[in-house]
Amino acid sequence: MSTTATTVTTPPPARLVLGPMLFNRPPATLHDLYARIADETDIDVVHLGEVVCAKRMPFIDPHLPAIIDRLRRAGKQVVISTLALVQGARETALVRDLTASDDWLIEANDMSAIHGLSGRPHVVGPHVNVYNPASLACLAALGAVRVCLPAELPMAGIAALAAARGAVAIEVQVFGRAPLAISARCYHARAHGLHKDGCRYVCGQDPDGMPVDTVDGQPFLAVNGLQTLSHGCLELSGWIDDLRTAGVTGFRLSPHSVDMVAVAGIYRAVIDGRMAGSDAAASIRPLLGEMPPINGFLAGGAGMAWHPRAE
Amino acid sequence: MELVAPAGTPAALRTAIAAGADVVYCGFRDATNARNFPGLNFSRDELAAGIAHAHARGAGVYLACNTYPQAGREHLWRQAVDDAASLGVDAVILADIGLLGHARDRHPDLRLHLSVQASASNEDAIAFYQRHFGVRRVVLPRVLSLADIAALNHRITVETEVFAFGGMCVMAEGRCALSSYVTGESPNTTGACSPAAHIRYQPDGDATLARLGAVTVDRFAPGEPVGYPTLCKGRFTPRGATPGTASGPRRDGVYLFEDPVSLNVEAMLPELAAAGVRAIKIEGRQRGRAYVEAVVAAFRRALDQAGRDEPATAGTLAAMSEGGSGTAGAYRRGWQ
Repeated sequence: MSTTATTVTTPPPARLVLGPMLFNRPPATLHDLYARIADETDIDVVHLGEVVCAKRMPFIDPHLPAIIDRLRRAGKQVVISTLALVQGARETALVRDLTASDDWLIEANDMSAIHGLSGRPHVVGPHVNVYNPASLACLAALGAVRVCLPAELPMAGIAALAAARGAVAIEVQVFGRAPLAISARCYHARAHGLHKDGCRYVCGQDPDGMPVDTVDGQPFLAVNGLQTLSHGCLELSGWIDDLRTAGVTGFRLSPHSVDMVAVAGIYRAVIDGRMAGSDAAASIRPLLGEMPPINGFLAGGAGMAWHPRAE
Repeated sequence: MELVAPAGTPAALRTAIAAGADVVYCGFRDATNARNFPGLNFSRDELAAGIAHAHARGAGVYLACNTYPQAGREHLWRQAVDDAASLGVDAVILADIGLLGHARDRHPDLRLHLSVQASASNEDAIAFYQRHFGVRRVVLPRVLSLADIAALNHRITVETEVFAFGGMCVMAEGRCALSSYVTGESPNTTGACSPAAHIRYQPDGDATLARLGAVTVDRFAPGEPVGYPTLCKGRFTPRGATPGTASGPRRDGVYLFEDPVSLNVEAMLPELAAAGVRAIKIEGRQRGRAYVEAVVAAFRRALDQAGRDEPATAGTLAAMSEGGSGTAGAYRRGWQ
């Protein structure tokens, strides 16, 4: 036993992660976005791949090799994320093809992907339910090296999982609309009087999802094809220190049409200790557009709430 | 096919069995099951009595322990599984992989069913749960078409159970945090969706607003029946929807996610049997005895008729359906 042991714990190194693009964006927009991410940010890890709707894959897949190459040349680790809801033989085969590849690290967003990845290192995405240390241990035994926790976990749950992390890196989404639900039904198509099979890819009309208001005019949700997101934007820059102290080492930004380079710069500054969390929150606020900041899940209450930091 | 009926209370359990259920499913009176509503569910003693009552009549009892153990309180869920096993339930219905591991290790003879809350919607996900936990049956999520189910059953070796009647979750179960976004409570965490304690009805001129937490989920016109404001069954206004369509912009909102209808597969029983489905499940542990009796009896009759190749006596369940109308939901691809 070393006599120099100290009770002061230094938080382990933190990594800034750009989550997968959840929205249906034109390839040219994606090339531009990832070129800027490559050149102008200190993001460590970039997730690519289609999580929401398999119908979008044929439009994006041909562009992925060039985007991956661009990001890798800039020193970013690239991770491919899989579908969150896998139905039918065709989608199951798509996930199998991805998980069979040794070319990339894969993020599993469904148990089918975890099945295919068992026995080798992989990432577990926020669409897989991990609420307690026993589940985390099970996934670690199967090869999980990083787990991004579900959005609805409170700080106490995050801390309990981070304390039990072992060799698994624990990640939390700290920016972007919260993924709340996914369905077989396409609500984007339904809102336009279409069916999923003939959707005309109308989800492409809304770069951050289709705003959904209550009947008394309150902005409430955002529909993104099969997915339902929060209207508010998770904004946890003021809580990075607390999350790090709890043992969280991955901080995920979910990409939106706002200035992601600026957002990444602010989060990087907080993680590196160059900016106070309260200053970061004030700096990010003007970048959010019509999305109000939310952080209610962290407090264990309604996720749509915003609790200012008590100083 | 096995007829699996809801038992929210001991009285409903006895009613369902008398009406012809092969099995009832129920839960303990706490956050360990996905219907954690006041006044529902079973104490340990009530479950013991229920199992004795069922077994004496040749029926079975499944115990749903299908929420996700919350960190720091896992003992509640483990105790539920341990108690269910020692009381002699015929199966436990679980969703969480940590809890499945506990059940597998502590109760190797206990029959494990995978809850719909685990959202296993494809053969590889099902293979995962079969390989690691030995699950014997999977309750399929309400996202698959009948054709998907038939194809799936050809490629897996575990039994499948599907929902046949009742309220319909339109989101993939176990993957929905809409309720916790508004109230802080969700099926995964506390076992409650749109919990009653957060609901408030308030007048709005001649209309009535149904509010959940800080959100108006619906507005009911004068004279319109006032429904329970389950989030995904409310009326909302999508911005940018195409004018002139059913969901086009309207000041009074539209049923963006789902209309107020009930799932009803009464007319599809032969197709489900041909698709290799082992059991059909009726939703509604929160419903009263009269409802349980009528629905179970109707399905008992329909199953018996289908088994004898007799034409079905159709339409007997319309009165029990939400909004008076039924849907085949995701089983017909047009629903999507």
